[in-house]
Amino acid sequence: MLTDFFILLKQELVVTAIIFLLLFVKLGKDRTNESILNLVNGLLLINFVSGFFGNQEGILFSEMFKTNPLIVLEKNILSLAMLIISMQSYSWLKTHKHVIEFYLLLLSTLLGMFFMISSGNLLMFYLGLELSTIPLAAAANFDLLKRQSSEAAMKMIISSAFSSALLLFGISLVYGATGTLVFTEISTHLSNSPLHIFGFILLLSGFAFKISAVPFHLWTADVYEGAPVAVTSYLSVVSKAAVLFVFVSVLYTVFKPLADVWYNMLFVLSLITIIVGNLFALRQNNFKRFLAFSSIAQVGFILIGISGSSQAGTASVVYFILIYVFSNLAAFGVVSLVSAVTGKENIDDYKAFYKTNPFLSWVITIALFSLAGVPPTAGFFGKFFLLMAGSSKGNYLLIVIAALNMVVSFYYYLRVVKAIFMDSNEQPIAKLSIPTLPKLAMYICVTGIIVTGLLSVVYDYIFSLSAGL
Amino acid sequence: MNLSLLILLPLITAVIILFCNGLKQVRAVALTGSLLQLLMACFLLSEYWKERAAGNKAPMLFESDYTWFASLGVHYHIGVDGISIAMMLLTASVVVAGILVSWAMDKLSKEFFFLLILLSMGAYGFFISLDLFTLFFFLEVAVIPKFLLIGIWGSGKKEYSAMKLALMLMAGSALVFVGLAGIYNTTHTFDIMQISQMHIPIETQKFFFPFAFLGFGIFAALFPFHTWVPDGHASAPTAASMFLAGISMKLGGYGCLRVATFLMPDAAHAYSWIIILLATIAIIYGAFATMMQNDLKYINAYSSVSHCGFVILGIGMLTPTSVNGAVLQMVSHGLMTALFFAAIGMIYSRTHTRMVAQLGGLLKVMPFISTVFVIAGLCSLGLPGFSGFVAEMTVFMGAWQNPDGWYRLATILACASIVVTAVYILRAAGKTVMGPMSDTYAALTDATWNEKLAAGILIVGIVLMGIAPFLINQLITPGTDNIMQHVGNVITQK
Repeated sequence: MLTDFFILLKQELVVTAIIFLLLFVKLGKDRTNESILNLVNGLLLINFVSGFFGNQEGILFSEMFKTNPLIVLEKNILSLAMLIISMQSYSWLKTHKHVIEFYLLLLSTLLGMFFMISSGNLLMFYLGLELSTIPLAAAANFDLLKRQSSEAAMKMIISSAFSSALLLFGISLVYGATGTLVFTEISTHLSNSPLHIFGFILLLSGFAFKISAVPFHLWTADVYEGAPVAVTSYLSVVSKAAVLFVFVSVLYTVFKPLADVWYNMLFVLSLITIIVGNLFALRQNNFKRFLAFSSIAQVGFILIGISGSSQAGTASVVYFILIYVFSNLAAFGVVSLVSAVTGKENIDDYKAFYKTNPFLSWVITIALFSLAGVPPTAGFFGKFFLLMAGSSKGNYLLIVIAALNMVVSFYYYLRVVKAIFMDSNEQPIAKLSIPTLPKLAMYICVTGIIVTGLLSVVYDYIFSLSAGL
Repeated sequence: MNLSLLILLPLITAVIILFCNGLKQVRAVALTGSLLQLLMACFLLSEYWKERAAGNKAPMLFESDYTWFASLGVHYHIGVDGISIAMMLLTASVVVAGILVSWAMDKLSKEFFFLLILLSMGAYGFFISLDLFTLFFFLEVAVIPKFLLIGIWGSGKKEYSAMKLALMLMAGSALVFVGLAGIYNTTHTFDIMQISQMHIPIETQKFFFPFAFLGFGIFAALFPFHTWVPDGHASAPTAASMFLAGISMKLGGYGCLRVATFLMPDAAHAYSWIIILLATIAIIYGAFATMMQNDLKYINAYSSVSHCGFVILGIGMLTPTSVNGAVLQMVSHGLMTALFFAAIGMIYSRTHTRMVAQLGGLLKVMPFISTVFVIAGLCSLGLPGFSGFVAEMTVFMGAWQNPDGWYRLATILACASIVVTAVYILRAAGKTVMGPMSDTYAALTDATWNEKLAAGILIVGIVLMGIAPFLINQLITPGTDNIMQHVGNVITQK
């Protein structure tokens, strides 16, 4: 029993241990930022690697907590993203006064996400979600001297409170209608009655808020722009990925009886998300806002994959998120470095970037190509499989519109590539020296972008773990 | 012979280029790689003849098939028939010629040759793929290098042209994707040969054929989606123009034939009137639009629209001879237009203008280049003895075999466009090469060894095809017969 407890909860326990360790470091004597950052990155590496040992399936605390190989893999993806983000924010945190606090906040949210992904009960799910949201709002305020940063934090806390209220309302309705909070029992009691559907819609809206699907996306751009780059990349990759993982499993298991209902909703939601995200991304000049809207459009593609509701649906969503981690973080890595050193965050500032910084230019170009879905980058495979999964139900209207939207998204990604390679600039960004850790993170991302797609092992492995509707 | 070598060799060349320094090393590596590739393509040809002579009647030779994404049934399946080999030879010659004419490319030379090789790799992979996923993969691999080549090394309104080309080709592949998704969801396989054995319901075919055909059609400059062609070609650097017209547009024609028509023959029959209508418009409109151009590159680009219309026309007529002609036209146009762009590039790099009105009498100072230019022009207008005559003649012969009255009218109209072609070609060639020469050009030099070699390779191809058409005909006929037998079979079953 006790060994079970340790093995099933290993990832949560490791993160908790790291949090406590960091608290002790904080209490101890003063250290330089460099040594703290090296220590933390080492710990995060241990956290990531330890996730690969002892892959077991099981249930704890009377179905409050469940885990299986797919969930372990999902947590590993989050740990990896956390590690990469931490390595990338090296230049920014090096001079920051509150390094440890920053990590305490982020690790708490990571812990919350782990519990949320593993939840087998709506209460547990809600608890995990809140733990993963509230510290993030504090982290969004971490550019302590910037007014915009506080604004971002304020917006984020208000909008998350609102979405939590929606979720809670939905949960209470579902509880009222079915008399239980346990996932496996809810699905046996659900039917197509209006009360059940209403409860579901509220839950769906709560989810849509967290993954910033249109029309619940309005907070995204402002928060992304105001928050420090590290937090922005964390928000756009890790927290989104975690909610999407839960979203898939909740739809496919708990709300299985309502499959016809949510299929139509996802259809509409994904289309407007892609279209609106793309249209807004077209005219952005701030890099962070640009990536915010492009990430909204990406979520729309993920929703299409989910709507396929098959084994390939789950697999392609998890696979795409893994690719998305690499590609988005590679782009954010460059943006974060440039922003930390020069303070420049506009696409126009990147004109003629290739002349001064060829390495960084290639990294961001490969990342953008992957986001756009151009082979041989992994993004091509990710998008292809998502759309194939979505088309399996024969809904070709969705596929045609999505495919044409890929062309639109291609335009705005190419706009950045054009600025980097083709435009001229009188004051280009000076040649940047890249510290070891961020450089390593970029290598990891680029390798990920190229290898994850071409090596079919990754997708086949995820597919073998996935389950359909 | 292991066909994967044909993809691996460009890949290795590209990687080596990344580790080179300076123009001299880079171009040496690029030329060596592309020459090896040409040799390998010739070797492939001889191996192919041996197999066929030994009585091997399999539709595809040298197949190799590995599972790629097992859970989706995606295979890395490659193999060649005569059509693919003809395309490989075309690609390899154009690549060698393209690298030779960019011999002095000193602006970001490493990136330039890297992208050229990457582009050619996409084309090689595309022509030997027998799996729809692999085919689509390579089709898209070839898009990005084009964007960068035009945008960085181009001239004129290069950013606009690069963006237009990239977006239109991307839209083409988006449409192709929808077609592929439809085929896959009906047959549950991506394997082209397997799909051709299955019978896709005619309603499904009718729904997805337009997506696949239009998608590939955009690559092949199908009217009214040809607008990327003039801008893209005109803005591109010489080698990229040669690749675009010589190779890239052939991806579209090949896809229309191998994927759309071969896999969905019923729909091809049902929609052939639309295809022919669009092709005829492209041929005539392209020819007349060319008359109005003053820029040599625009002249060749618009005439490419017209010439590629013959490819689509040949496919749309759906007779064995016309399809044969379409393939011949692809090869012929690839060689001829690459030669044309090479000649224009050589003239432009010396005179710094491409305007017909400002040029004149170049034969006096650069006899070699002028001769090349005239040869390309004469081939383009279909002079017997060159490849253009053979190809266009075959298309017309085949088209006439289609007994429908309206189709014959289209054939007559398409034939008539040749007169227009003669007008603009003779005018451009006459004005540029003959006539009085401006004094500013008196000190210009003739072609260097690399330019002569580049032109030589392409001219050999053109003349060989022109005087011994049976050689290439024997090569491609089994392939086109196989396709047409399939298309015909399905019809007789009805």
